[in-house]
Amino acid sequence: MSSVPVSWYLLLAAALFAIGTIGALTRRNGISIFLSIELMLNAANLTLVAYARQLDDRTGQLIVFFVMAVAAAEAAVGLALFIAVFRQRHTIDVNRMNLMRW
Amino acid sequence: MLDLLWLIPILPLAGAAINGLLGRRFPKSLVTAVGVGAPLASLVLALGCLWEYAQGSFPNDAFERTLYAWTAGDLSIPVGFLLDRLSSVMLFVVTFVGFWIHVYSVGYMGHEEGYRRYFSYLNLFMSAMLLLILGNNFLVMFVGWEGVGLCSYLLIGFYYDQPVPPAAGKKAFIVNRIGDFAFLVGLFALFAKFGTLTYGQIFPRIAAQPGLVLGEYVPGFTLAAFVALCFFVGAMGKSAQIPLYVWLPDAMAGPTPVSALIHAATMVTAGVYMVVRSNVLYQLAPGVSMFVAVIGATTAIFAATIALAQTDIKKVLAYSTVSQLGYMFLAAGLGAYSAALFHVVTHAFFKALLFLGSGSVIHAMGGEQDMRKMGGLGKHLPQTSKLFWIGCLAIAGIPPLSGFFSKDEILHAAAADHHWVLYLVGWITAVLTAFYMFRAHYMTFAGRFRGTHDQEHHLHESPPSMTLPLWVLAVGAAVAGVVGVPKLLSFGLISNWFHHWLEPVIAQPQGLEAGEHSIGVGLEVGLVLLAVAAGVGGLFLARSVYGGDRGFARELTWAQRFPFLHRLLENKYYVDEIYDALIVRPLAALSRFLWKVVDTFVIDGAVKAGAFLTELTGDVGRFSTTGNVRNYALYFFLGVILLFWWIAFA
Repeated sequence: MSSVPVSWYLLLAAALFAIGTIGALTRRNGISIFLSIELMLNAANLTLVAYARQLDDRTGQLIVFFVMAVAAAEAAVGLALFIAVFRQRHTIDVNRMNLMRW
Repeated sequence: MLDLLWLIPILPLAGAAINGLLGRRFPKSLVTAVGVGAPLASLVLALGCLWEYAQGSFPNDAFERTLYAWTAGDLSIPVGFLLDRLSSVMLFVVTFVGFWIHVYSVGYMGHEEGYRRYFSYLNLFMSAMLLLILGNNFLVMFVGWEGVGLCSYLLIGFYYDQPVPPAAGKKAFIVNRIGDFAFLVGLFALFAKFGTLTYGQIFPRIAAQPGLVLGEYVPGFTLAAFVALCFFVGAMGKSAQIPLYVWLPDAMAGPTPVSALIHAATMVTAGVYMVVRSNVLYQLAPGVSMFVAVIGATTAIFAATIALAQTDIKKVLAYSTVSQLGYMFLAAGLGAYSAALFHVVTHAFFKALLFLGSGSVIHAMGGEQDMRKMGGLGKHLPQTSKLFWIGCLAIAGIPPLSGFFSKDEILHAAAADHHWVLYLVGWITAVLTAFYMFRAHYMTFAGRFRGTHDQEHHLHESPPSMTLPLWVLAVGAAVAGVVGVPKLLSFGLISNWFHHWLEPVIAQPQGLEAGEHSIGVGLEVGLVLLAVAAGVGGLFLARSVYGGDRGFARELTWAQRFPFLHRLLENKYYVDEIYDALIVRPLAALSRFLWKVVDTFVIDGAVKAGAFLTELTGDVGRFSTTGNVRNYALYFFLGVILLFWWIAFA
């Protein structure tokens, strides 16, 4: 099986991470921000898996499971928060959630 | 019994603690039982110890017992007690006179507020003084030394709700601190040289090898001279010598028995005791000794002249104490250490008697202390009057009362060394002493009553608890001189037993065996007659001015004739005012400067600048907290980039 060079995986991961970062910084919709963060996490996961294969070390794959578990928990808590906010304010625009300031 | 020596200072301490800490609900009788019982137990123990000490024979005539070692790191100071020829004399005086003052206080303070507090302090005072005299090293002495300072402060300021006593208490404490500082410096110098402060390890070594302390220590002073001078400055504070005597007359603000205790048995005698204790050093420092003698003589005549014009009965006695202490230092400076201590003993008796007598008068007068409002009290207080008279005779040096022998010995010491100026000063002081004491007696007890009707109605002899101590002390004042009768006056039967008793303590340093200063028998008889003449002359002078019904009318004519002199004496040479202008006010001004300028601007300024900076940073920095989660995400992102940059390139 001809193998795909590891640099391709890394380039894809970097592109995904950049897209996620820009999305997280620019989107105003809370759900979109979540999606972007999820993208960044998976970019990192891709890097880990790629290196795990390259170096023939299972630890990288192991860490990915942890990251996925944490991401799932974070998504659950985040969505619960946004539902609570939406019930109060009828919006999930993060620009309008700025009560905690000077 | 001697094994229980350590209990002597501890018992009054226990009395003070029981009354002071636990006695809140004690009935008055129990407070009295504890307050007087503790000194009584001390007295009984002391007498037992003295009896055993006199019977037994000890190495170097000293019984020494170390209780435990007071250790800090490498330093170890034994807390030990010493009973030798010197401390035995002091032990008897302090416990005996102190006990009778306690008894007297029961009557005198009976109607006062703070009865329990009073006895607690009084016991503590006794305890500190006993520690001072029984310690076998200078550090234990210093603990007692500070203890009496503290107690004098507490007792002088006993009436804390009035304006004068607390101020007088503070003055006593602060003036004493000046002396204490010098005393400490002396102790350090001694410790640095010998590595110990125990008498038994220092003095015999010095006596055997005077060279140890005769090297130059600071420019112009040998170690002996330096330490002796420091110790004497310490004694100046405690024993009220020029220029640190000013606290003692003010100490009259305390209750009268306290004055008696301070002036007779405890506190002021501490300085004399310390000088006599360190006599080896003084013998090796003739210059300092001469200085001590001159200061003593100056103080004696200076205070005696002030006493001439005082109208407060207690002030007269206070200045007479200062004057008598001057005598003691005159003797100590002349090397007549046994004469100095002899005067301490006789003075303790007659001065306690005089103070307690004056207390009896003040008690009867309802707190009045101004002699101009007294007069004719002899009829109403017959016992007090007679006993006060005995005290006057004793202090004036009328033979055969005790004061005569001790004072004569001091004057004799001056004459034997051919210090005729000091002798003359001492002799004039003796005349003045007799004069002002009998002036006080005549103004108080003779003539007509000059107070108000209410006061006259109130006049009464004091209760037995007050007159009994007077009787005891009067007997002491009359006969205490017996122990020091010189050979000449007893026609060769006994030759100054007191002097021989103290001989082992007064060590002759090697190579300093001075030749006998002997003066001819004829001259000696002449000197004795002169001393008698001084006392009797003063007595008759006072009688001619103040005797009869005229009261102090003649004094007023004298005052009119020499208004300047009278004002000068009445105002105590304005010494307090001079100190106020030279020391107190500049100090207060400096303090105010430190408060208003340094504290307000420099110290507060630094703190305020810190607070201002913090506030400024907060005021600016808080604008970063926008509340918008996307800003925070941006900060976070920038931070991560920065971190990467740092890891990659730094």
